[in-house]
Amino acid sequence: MATVEYKGKSFEVDEDGFLQRFEDWTEEWVDYVKDSEGIKELTPEHNKVIEFLQDYYKKNGIAPMVRILSKVTGFKLKHIYELFPSGPGKGACKMAGLPKPTGCV
Amino acid sequence: MAKHQTPLLDQLETGPWPSFVSDIKQEAAHRAANPKGLDYQVPVDCADDLLGVLELSFKDKETHWKHGGIVGVFGYGGGVIGRYCDQPEMFPGVAHFHTVRVAQPSGKYYTSEYLNAIMDIWELRGSGLTNMHGSTGDIVLLGTTTPQLEEIFHDLTHNLNTDLGGSGSNLRTPADCLGQSRCEFACYDTQDVCHTLTNDYQDELHRPAFPYKFKFKFDGCPNGCVASIARSDFSVIGTWKDDIRIDQDRVKAYVAGEFKPGGGSHSGRDWGAFDIVKEVVDRCPTGCMSYDGAKLSIDNSNCTRCMHCINTMPAAVKIGTETGASILVGAKAPILDGAQMSSLLVPFVVVEKPYDEIKEVIENIWDWWMEEGKNRERVGETIKRLSFQKLLEVTNTKAVPQHVEAPRANPYIFFKEDEVPGGFAHDEKAYRQRHMR
Repeated sequence: MATVEYKGKSFEVDEDGFLQRFEDWTEEWVDYVKDSEGIKELTPEHNKVIEFLQDYYKKNGIAPMVRILSKVTGFKLKHIYELFPSGPGKGACKMAGLPKPTGCV
Repeated sequence: MAKHQTPLLDQLETGPWPSFVSDIKQEAAHRAANPKGLDYQVPVDCADDLLGVLELSFKDKETHWKHGGIVGVFGYGGGVIGRYCDQPEMFPGVAHFHTVRVAQPSGKYYTSEYLNAIMDIWELRGSGLTNMHGSTGDIVLLGTTTPQLEEIFHDLTHNLNTDLGGSGSNLRTPADCLGQSRCEFACYDTQDVCHTLTNDYQDELHRPAFPYKFKFKFDGCPNGCVASIARSDFSVIGTWKDDIRIDQDRVKAYVAGEFKPGGGSHSGRDWGAFDIVKEVVDRCPTGCMSYDGAKLSIDNSNCTRCMHCINTMPAAVKIGTETGASILVGAKAPILDGAQMSSLLVPFVVVEKPYDEIKEVIENIWDWWMEEGKNRERVGETIKRLSFQKLLEVTNTKAVPQHVEAPRANPYIFFKEDEVPGGFAHDEKAYRQRHMR
């Protein structure tokens, strides 16, 4: 496993750049990942998505379905892609520190 | 000179069938020689290392690919299947070995110019290995690295006017039989419907928004050459409404042995002279045919359009002229709650541009399933859980006998409250006045 050093913090990540442990997540992680996910500037809307993903994950132990993410944040899928160009799975979940999506992807 | 010893794989170079091992070795040798002088963007020994890791798997009898992999291109939530080798030091050429799904033309007709152009991209930016095609229909480019994904996507879209296929919880790449392009059985233009709906639902294909995957497939007739009834959540199968057309002179030609039954498909064995009664009339599943020694008759009102007589005597017996399609829903592989084939939902729909009747059914099903479907629940399972009745309601379909193979055998019948005089509110006191405790 690779280790990433950024602004004095270190993160263990897999080949796809997902955090190995949710507990390692910090603000610096988001700042570090955003470039590789095609995001220039973080807005409150980005943070709203990230915060909801983290709350949902803490409460339920899984990432929410896309439909639930849209419903709760009020962002249509199109807007979520405008915020996170690689989409809610590869983009938003990675930045929020959630485990890598699995299954028949 | 091969990079790895592959004694087990080498055995698969013997025998008459085209050997995938010989082909991969040929590509490995081609890349080593590099006759075009290309600046290969992924390891030149990628194909060698694939043979190496496969040989190791043959020895160990287990896979050497790591779990999962999430890679892709900006703007899309699917289209690329990420994969990493679990022995990257031993086989660095396949440390990254991602698969790119590329949208294929309906019916898979190509020009060599187009295929060469794809291979030019893939030779430079990939392993040089492919799958033509994946079971869902996509052109599969087999093995590249993460940094090449956006490059390949750029070349495909800008130079070849070609998009990626689907993956993930979304609409997967639709596929069809080759339809009216070269089949006299085709009841509608499968290629045009497939192409049109693929374009109409690009957003649903590229950005996963569904509870789980969803597939379309289009068969021109009940022979099912793209197996839509077994391999698509939404199966469109051509049929006709009016009478089968019989050319009696040609029937006589079959009886006289001038035409070979089944287009000559059983000519590899001597089955005796063609016997129209034994091979057609007596094999009709509804027994709606008769042959009086001179004339073949069909009671079309009792014909289920199984295709057998048409398949056996294609020169003499033809599909009707009032053609359309049936829509069946819910096929899936066993996981989680058992395999399903699609169930008949719409017995007959007219198939006419711009296909609004078909799209209305699709969109009604999506509206319902996207709201009610559980995480990773195929629509076939949602129907099982919430009932076929519910599917009929959401698609505004009136229940008809054709919806069932047999009526239910159990008496656990639900009624709606408004169907029952007096409703469901129970007045126990009134009941006790008539029936003492």
